[in-house]
Amino acid sequence: MTPDQIGVTVGGLAAIVFIVWFFWMKKAPGTRAAALSSGYQEVMILVKGGYTPDVIVVEHGKPVRLNFRREETAGCSDTVVFPDFGKSALLPTGETVAVELLPQQPGEYPFACPMGMFRGRLIVE
Amino acid sequence: MAIDPVCGMEVDEKSTPWKRPYGDREFYFCSPGCLDAFDADPARYAQAGTPRIATRIPSSHLRIPVAGLERPDGISRIETALGALTGMKRTAVNVESDLVEVHYDAPTTATEVVEALRTAGFTPGVARTRFEIKSVYCASCVLFIEEALKQRSGVLAASVNPAESVADVLYEPRLVDVGSLKRAIEEQGYAVAEAAAPTPTGLEKQEHERSSEYRRLMRKWWFGAGVSTFTMIFSYPWLFPYLRDLLPRGSEQLRYLWMFMGVLTLAVMAYSGSQFFTGMVRSLRHRTADMHTLIAVGTGVAWVYSTIAVLFPQIFPAAAFTEVYYDVTSVVTALVVLGLAMEVKAKGRTSEAIKKLIGLQAKTARVVRNGREIDIPVEEVLVGDTVVVRPGEKIPVDGELTDGASAVDESMITGESIPVEKHVGDEVIGATLNKTGSFRFRATKVGKETALANIIRMVQDAQATKVPIQRVVDVVSSYFTPAVMILAIIGFVVWYDFGPPPAIAYALIVAVTTLIIACPCALGMATPMSLTTGIGLGATHGILIRGGEALQTTKGLNAIILDKTGTITHGKPVLTDVVPAPGTSLSRDAILQRAAAVEEGSEHPLAAAIVEGAQERGLTRAKAQGFNAIPGHGVEAVVQGRPTLLGNLKLMTDRQIDVAALEPQARILAGEGKTPMYVAVDGKAAGIVAVADTVKGDSASAVRALQQLGLEVVMITGDNARTAQAIARQVGIERVMAEVLPQDKALQVQKLQLEGKKVGMVGDGINDAPALAQADVGFAIGTGTDVAIEASDITLIKGSLKGVVLAIQISRATLRNVYQNLVGAFIYNTAGIPVALGVLYPFIGMLLSPILAAAAMSFSSVTVIGNANRLKRWRPKEVMP
Repeated sequence: MTPDQIGVTVGGLAAIVFIVWFFWMKKAPGTRAAALSSGYQEVMILVKGGYTPDVIVVEHGKPVRLNFRREETAGCSDTVVFPDFGKSALLPTGETVAVELLPQQPGEYPFACPMGMFRGRLIVE
Repeated sequence: MAIDPVCGMEVDEKSTPWKRPYGDREFYFCSPGCLDAFDADPARYAQAGTPRIATRIPSSHLRIPVAGLERPDGISRIETALGALTGMKRTAVNVESDLVEVHYDAPTTATEVVEALRTAGFTPGVARTRFEIKSVYCASCVLFIEEALKQRSGVLAASVNPAESVADVLYEPRLVDVGSLKRAIEEQGYAVAEAAAPTPTGLEKQEHERSSEYRRLMRKWWFGAGVSTFTMIFSYPWLFPYLRDLLPRGSEQLRYLWMFMGVLTLAVMAYSGSQFFTGMVRSLRHRTADMHTLIAVGTGVAWVYSTIAVLFPQIFPAAAFTEVYYDVTSVVTALVVLGLAMEVKAKGRTSEAIKKLIGLQAKTARVVRNGREIDIPVEEVLVGDTVVVRPGEKIPVDGELTDGASAVDESMITGESIPVEKHVGDEVIGATLNKTGSFRFRATKVGKETALANIIRMVQDAQATKVPIQRVVDVVSSYFTPAVMILAIIGFVVWYDFGPPPAIAYALIVAVTTLIIACPCALGMATPMSLTTGIGLGATHGILIRGGEALQTTKGLNAIILDKTGTITHGKPVLTDVVPAPGTSLSRDAILQRAAAVEEGSEHPLAAAIVEGAQERGLTRAKAQGFNAIPGHGVEAVVQGRPTLLGNLKLMTDRQIDVAALEPQARILAGEGKTPMYVAVDGKAAGIVAVADTVKGDSASAVRALQQLGLEVVMITGDNARTAQAIARQVGIERVMAEVLPQDKALQVQKLQLEGKKVGMVGDGINDAPALAQADVGFAIGTGTDVAIEASDITLIKGSLKGVVLAIQISRATLRNVYQNLVGAFIYNTAGIPVALGVLYPFIGMLLSPILAAAAMSFSSVTVIGNANRLKRWRPKEVMP
């Protein structure tokens, strides 16, 4: 093989790796909260063996209301904690609990149960 | 230039056909409308001389009352929210008086300021109303009306749309009322329609955008199709007898013609195909490849290759490679654009649910003020007002009954078919229909607080949260496009490393032609052709499908919620049982005949069911005298000379009639979800008549069919658990959601959705509308309310649950057809990929040629069209009972 052939081969392989990475190796985009007539961006989250959906996308500067609904009795998930907002909420089984936040800065804010078994992210754009 | 005395527009006195001499002057008009207005009252306009031309003040100033300012970050939040608007000059927040003062310039409007406050989470104390104005003919009339409205204190903004003849006014309800706004317009000499004009929803705009989008796409298609015909012929002139001699292969004339073709095709790409390139940029930003990416890459590369081949043929290793793929570019672009146009058309009507809901509201209310009953617009009813309602009238707002009694038909809100008896202290709901008596009530909820307003809001919110589904072609393309790119790179590397010289030329040709052949022209049509056929198929079977998306989602349903009343059942009470008391001398028919005679004079909701039941059984009408209704208990009358009582247990106990022998029977009937009523003759228990809302004949088999299709069937109802279970048992449903409040139905749908299910909802009432909008697919029973039909995606005209089964079968058949089409669209092109890669080259020296690409295009198009037509012959399968 001549040097240029080796170059083309390596370049081709790199291009293929790039295509695979670019198109197929991206993170799930998350669920976008809907802007409702109340002025809030709302989304309903099911707490049952994890948070469904667990990645929520919202816009910054607008109030956010996350409606948690816990449908299980496992111990840890009875509280959800938003460390960046200094907020936590008790989630009694079978009730819908609204957590209201006002994210001012774009970024990623995690939320979890106190022991960190369930995890979710709030992505602020 | 003369001035039109009516509207103030400038008119060319020489050219205008509308003129009128009056007094010693000649007047000129812009339109026949202004002329008519002048003729009606010439003195007024002639005297006015030069009309008032109002100039718009560029800078505006608003004082808006806002609730919720007291929160700690209130001021800063308002300032940031308003500061984001263009043209904002100064904002002052006064927490004590709950006022926000705003100074701003155009283009920001008052409506935008109010909206910005609302999105920031505050409640501006601003009301909006729309008047329909008659006789607005010209643009300048608009200014007079706007100025007149703005001069009233309390009016924040007013705009008149002459095209719709509607004035849109934003005002402070504390300072100004609707009546005075109306007068302000009338003082300017314009007539105002009695009712407030409905607020146009975003949907209307959407509808308009859709039809213009369709027309735009069709223009693009015709242009692309025209150029395509031309390029198809002149790309292969040697195939046509006469052209063969005129434009021989490799001749200079042909080269110049091809250059011209290149320019034309570039125009097709830039005009007809623009959305593919903008779409490609958009999807690359999201790191996905969709249909647009595939088409843009294929057509773009084909054009660049062909243009290089025409301009620099000498750089190609053989003359065979210098032929052009312009036909691929133009034909693919044209056909995919046609597919997009079909898709836009298949999207169908948008929902008008909101408009229909607003139309339900009573327009006026009769309110007691200063001891007099006056009619006022429903917007002006205040909390605490005493409202008078007569029989047959709509109840204007929510409230609590203070005087009188009646039966109220609440089916439009609660879905329950049987009218509800209302007594002092009971709650009444706005927009429901008063049936029998007249009463007074105290308004407790008005405006945005009423149950109807809540339903409107819930429908809006449910529609806002619906996520559009990803198109099947886009899913396929997201894998296909990168795969093709990878294959092209592999082809390039292999040919460069192992191919014949000049390696770089061959490698490039192989890579580029791989991208060209991979671009399937039937791709855009594969989905819309089948979906359009599927929608037509639904229509012939009595199922109106609102659009391709609904059809697509229906296929994926795995749970279906059925509303009980009106969906599984008829939604109307009918007579079900007549049970004679043990030891009575009366026959069943005699008991029923008497019961019917007693009920004949009754206005009780269930009375009609008994009377109809007697008629159906062919019983003659017995004569009743001395009719007496005992509210909350029953009725009594003398039938054929014998005193007869009909009513509940309480009535019987009050009259000391022993019904102990009948009680077990009554309990059984109640357990079956029926309403039993006792009949007593001559002071002795004679029997029971029972009425119930009965199950439709084919509900049970439809439920079984749905279960066989693999769907979880759930019943939802506001009724008590016992009645619900009784009905569920009859039709074979296991999961029942009973005692669900109307406003919670949508929540129940959402709960099932959170379990990861695709949920269909079948309903017929207004109270079902939010749930229908929330569900992935909402099915409305065609015999139900307009609002439910508008909020749903699919309407079952025949009103039978069988329609749901059919709709699911049709959607499955259609989607199967879509997949077949996609295979048909891709298969020929995919088969061409190895040829383009040069798999055949070592054996027969063959690489991709334009004629091969053209063949793939025509084969795939014919396959797709043929297969979609095959769907027309689909017949419903009878599901085994």
